[in-house]
Amino acid sequence: MLLPYFTAGWPDPEAFVASVRGAAASGCSAFEVGIPFSDPVADGPIIQRTSSQALQAGIHWPEALRLTRQAVDGSGLAAIAMTYCNPLYALGLERACAELAAAGCRGLIVPDLTLEEGEPMEKAAAAAGLDLVYLVAPTTPDARVSEIARRSRGFVYLVSLRGVTGARQELPADLVQQIQRVRERAELPIMVGFGISTPDQAAAVAAQGAGVIVGSALLRAIGEAPPERAGEVTREFLSQMVRAMHPPDEGVVPAAS
Amino acid sequence: MLTDVPAAPAPLEEPDARGRFGDYGGRFVPETLVLALQQLAEHYRELRQDQGFWRELAELMRSYSGRPTPLYRARRLQALVDGPELWLKREDLNHTGSHKINNCLGQALLARRLGKSTILAETGAGQHGVATATVCALLDMQCRVYMGAEDVRRQALNVSRMRLLGAEVISVESGSRTLKDATNEALRAWVGQVDEAHYILGSVVGPHPYPWMVRDFQAVIGHEIAAELWPKKVIACVGGGSNAAGAFARFVPHSEVGLVGVEAGGHGFTTGEHCASLGRGKPGVLHGALTYLLQDEFGQVSQTHSISAGLDYPGVGPEHSAWATSGRVEYHSVTDEEALNAFENLCRLEGIVPALESAHALAWYLREGKGRADEGPWVLCLSGRGDKDVQEVLRLRGLV
Repeated sequence: MLLPYFTAGWPDPEAFVASVRGAAASGCSAFEVGIPFSDPVADGPIIQRTSSQALQAGIHWPEALRLTRQAVDGSGLAAIAMTYCNPLYALGLERACAELAAAGCRGLIVPDLTLEEGEPMEKAAAAAGLDLVYLVAPTTPDARVSEIARRSRGFVYLVSLRGVTGARQELPADLVQQIQRVRERAELPIMVGFGISTPDQAAAVAAQGAGVIVGSALLRAIGEAPPERAGEVTREFLSQMVRAMHPPDEGVVPAAS
Repeated sequence: MLTDVPAAPAPLEEPDARGRFGDYGGRFVPETLVLALQQLAEHYRELRQDQGFWRELAELMRSYSGRPTPLYRARRLQALVDGPELWLKREDLNHTGSHKINNCLGQALLARRLGKSTILAETGAGQHGVATATVCALLDMQCRVYMGAEDVRRQALNVSRMRLLGAEVISVESGSRTLKDATNEALRAWVGQVDEAHYILGSVVGPHPYPWMVRDFQAVIGHEIAAELWPKKVIACVGGGSNAAGAFARFVPHSEVGLVGVEAGGHGFTTGEHCASLGRGKPGVLHGALTYLLQDEFGQVSQTHSISAGLDYPGVGPEHSAWATSGRVEYHSVTDEEALNAFENLCRLEGIVPALESAHALAWYLREGKGRADEGPWVLCLSGRGDKDVQEVLRLRGLV
């Protein structure tokens, strides 16, 4: 499975919605939508920039959710929201989760939420019918991987490297072992993110039976083209990844949009 | 004689297992950092009982930083407003010019015991950056300091000092290009080299165990005050709140001692251009902790303003949030203009050039102490010296 990340309303509202439609046309079955936050500590330069540009353009919570709903309706894809603790706390966890669900989100990823602080968010997400996804890092001890796998819903997000989001030239040398380590402890699907930017890298992850999350490299490609081409650029970028992840001789047919 | 001053912070309150002070604090960070923070907290918990560590730190504080710092009676400033007997705790006389080195010495010794060879730090005006660079030179560690591009421009002297001391200064171009963004970038850098680097956070903010650890390292301020006199009130400025936490902690259990934190009121609350996190903020999550925070209705962190770069921060230490909530500490604010006037008064009446941060505490004394001559002794933490602010004050007063 390939899960593309978009920053809500970026590079502009129409281009964002068109990008999600492009993702559907390339065979993706869901997308991750970043609700922009002023201080994204888990994100590298590209997502920092798209987030701050979106905020400057007025894409605050209500507008981000309105556009998410539009993108969900326009593409037929499910949305998984990604945002930081503070916007959720500011609204109140129950209200925030309910509004995300109403905007068409099925899941929620909060990169600065830890297991120790996660219980109130788990309850609010469950009440709204949202899957709260926890992240596993290369530094997470084995016993904690098991605990994360037990409490995560939907899938387990494996952070591929010690670092923030952003395209990297090469995958970490120990990624295969990392995936293996999580698989031994989790019944849920595993999605690998942070630093995956090319079809070859995506194929290498897919070969281990894990899904791929791609963000920075995709946003960089979108950003390099004029906004009116965002849908097309997204479709081309993701189609190459989907093809690489599902070679024809395996007989795997990409999910229809 | 220093052995009379309790260096180890044994009598101070501890946060709970999750790192909470009351409802505030905790650990809201990317998963990659969790193990390092858990190890840091465990190691620090052991170190807290290790007399050898505190002796080594106390000796460095004495011979290197010049502790204990004097308690100086400011008679002319008192006379100006017919105020309570006023004693200044002279943290400005520390090596590198502020209280920041207390924490840097403690954390760098700790980092060395953890086997870390690289130190990361954030800085606003550059005081914490200079203190960190200094301690890294002393202990032969690699030092990388993250500083907002706007601050790099405004504080060229401190940038040069850090470079002279062998530190690498990284100019941060993201966000508002000030302390908040420098802290974000230092956290990101730490995520990328968490195994080999230790992050020396400069205030009582951030994820557990930083607010606890930094307060303990600064608590020497309050211990030294108590060893010399027992105050009726202790006053300190609050940005992140490390000098205040250090000055207050010793007295928190003694309810007869009034404690006053002074926030930066900037251009005044009506303008929205201030840093009064406790005065005007609401609880939220920034830089790893749940604490009072200046933010908009959708949880975006506000742009703040203060004449003093060291107070120009939208959050505040979680223990201060707990003290504000329980009412144990009062928090007030003064404006840029009041701070500037206090700065000038201390220069002319006492021959001491204070940091603009500390001038906020002085301004509160001048405003609220007026005519209350029978209420002392009050102790005010003069957290730093004002060499760094001379150019800015002259510019604001139209003297250059």
